[in-house]
Amino acid sequence: MIAAPFGLALAASFALVLLSGAAAAEEPHAAPKIEAQSWSFNGPFGAYDTAQLQRGYGVYKQVCANCHSMRLLSYRNLGEKGGPQFSPEAVKALSEEIQVTDGPNDKGEMYQRPGRPSDRFRSPYANDEAARAANRGALPPDLSVMAKARPGGPDYIYALLTGYKDAPHGFELAQGMQYNVAFPGHQIAMPPPLIDGVVTYADGTKPTVDNYARDVSAFLMWAAEPKLEERHMLGARVIVFLFVLAVVMFLAKRVVWSNLHAKHDAKPRLDSPIT
Amino acid sequence: MSHPSTYEPNSGFEKWLDARLPVVRVMNDQFITFPTPRNLNYWWTFGGILTFMLISQIATGVVLAMHYVPAADRAFDSVEHIMRDVNWGWLLRYTHAVGASMFFLAAYIHTFRGLYYGSYKAPREILWILGVLILLLMIATAFMGYSLVWGQMSFWAVTVITNLFSSLDAVVPGIGTRLVQWIWGGFAVGGPTLTRLYSLHYLFPFLIAGVVVLHIWALHVPGNNNPTGIDVKGPRETLPFHPYYTMKDGFALVLFALLFASFVFYAPNTLGHTDNYIPANPLATPQHIVPEWYFLPFYAILRAIPSKLFGVAGLIGSIVVLFFVPWLDTSRVRSTRYRPIYKWFFWAFVVTCFVLGYLGSQPPEGVYLILGRIFTAYYFLFFLLVMPVVGWIEKPRGLPGSITEAVLGPEAKPQAAPRQREPEAAL
Repeated sequence: MIAAPFGLALAASFALVLLSGAAAAEEPHAAPKIEAQSWSFNGPFGAYDTAQLQRGYGVYKQVCANCHSMRLLSYRNLGEKGGPQFSPEAVKALSEEIQVTDGPNDKGEMYQRPGRPSDRFRSPYANDEAARAANRGALPPDLSVMAKARPGGPDYIYALLTGYKDAPHGFELAQGMQYNVAFPGHQIAMPPPLIDGVVTYADGTKPTVDNYARDVSAFLMWAAEPKLEERHMLGARVIVFLFVLAVVMFLAKRVVWSNLHAKHDAKPRLDSPIT
Repeated sequence: MSHPSTYEPNSGFEKWLDARLPVVRVMNDQFITFPTPRNLNYWWTFGGILTFMLISQIATGVVLAMHYVPAADRAFDSVEHIMRDVNWGWLLRYTHAVGASMFFLAAYIHTFRGLYYGSYKAPREILWILGVLILLLMIATAFMGYSLVWGQMSFWAVTVITNLFSSLDAVVPGIGTRLVQWIWGGFAVGGPTLTRLYSLHYLFPFLIAGVVVLHIWALHVPGNNNPTGIDVKGPRETLPFHPYYTMKDGFALVLFALLFASFVFYAPNTLGHTDNYIPANPLATPQHIVPEWYFLPFYAILRAIPSKLFGVAGLIGSIVVLFFVPWLDTSRVRSTRYRPIYKWFFWAFVVTCFVLGYLGSQPPEGVYLILGRIFTAYYFLFFLLVMPVVGWIEKPRGLPGSITEAVLGPEAKPQAAPRQREPEAAL
């Protein structure tokens, strides 16, 4: 057979591909491995834990929001179904904590007013340049879709927030940088943001870095994917519908085609599969 | 295949219409009674699936276009606006984005099916060429659609791909650069580039729809090929398209929709790249610029060739070579089923496409680059050497005398074959 040596060569190349994949995983500059966490929103029936999202918002507001914007979110989103579901009063109160520049009024002047639920989350800096100036040149990224913008998503955010360690011996850490096991390259400009007890939890959850990291990661996942619950619920219905329809179509097809087979003495399948 | 019309207008209106614009007659003859070989397997159901995907992409796309803003500083946010504030916007956008992947999955299976069963051979060359043209238009459309998100991967994919034209500088100095600037509408990828990509992304699907009509027309002149590759020998070997193939295609379509829905509802971002949720930034290049999965084999071919100009030629050639397949294959037999040597080379080609896909996702260095070159070489050798030479030296296995014999065994001689009353009555 002409093809045999060729097939062998192909198989060898294929094995080489697999081996090279394994080798690449050990390269030092490859992205660190992110451990998967168990989230309430995982799986086809997963849903957000409302209390966790509320705690997570607290962590964002008191810690992250000092440097990170979330410009795609409005205060009204905090009261929506499938989210933290704060009461309308709470949403209104949260929005009124900020001052918003509005206008111009009928005299052509800009003015300050208290925030409304329809206002976007307040950004900590007026612009990117101001953000860099306040953070030694580093730009704290917007967190609106962060949970979808990094491989691993919420698992990565959790690993990053709990990943601050002392730099291993011989690791050259640049001026003002921190060592983080989860960050690609291990040098991150953000100082460790969470300390035990820095945010007060009203619902009795232990105020630990681990819980803060977990809660704020869940909150950021919701911020990035606010329609996840709706999607899972509709998905279940669509899948069940399609499954039933598939059974009906299969039976219909069989009945239609059996008209042909019934005329034969033997029972050969005319729609024989690919050979 | 051309067959006598069986349509008989019943009412006065139908007769009136039939004498003026016989649309009902065409629909009846081409999609109800159309004689279809009775031995088509499930690999033949992807034509219907692709029609469904084209309609789905156009329908979701038209609504998305009502909410999308093609401006460099607003495009990314308008996509997020669709995801957050537009009623069912998340469903439209995920259906459209995942739909592109599903469209390519079906198109590739459809193409491999045509390749395996020799559906490109006479008298179906034009049918095949129109199919390759559709694939080419799909590639352009998908690329432009991906760019509209205006995330990091969108932006840098546009930068890399449009810059390929600058390789023409190696032919006539300056012409490539001028061409690229003309495409960009400026000196860098920016707002003008985005608006023209948007305009063309809206136009191309309708070009595809037009070529699809021609593709189906070209199919309905010679009729379907079939797994044996033997010509239909008479009405006994065919069935009316409806209800036999409407039911079979329908069942396959529902199974395909199950796969589609699983991705839309439970893994909408799995097939995409996380970097595309970072707004486009001309000042920060992503560490690895990779296209969507359906372009990875072509990307691997582009990067395997050391010269930029020849890399681009390889990229274009990898599609263009498909146009010549009807004449590159010298075999007298259509179906690979009866081709003992070619069969091995065919499956090696399928494996090659998968391996090139994997290599396209890896950085072009070290062993990946070497393998990329080996498999790129085989990709082209398959068409340019294997197809003509193997077809010439190979002795095909004995063909069955007819489709009926292939299905029922040699003892079922045509005259002994059972009679089918209903399909013939329908014809």
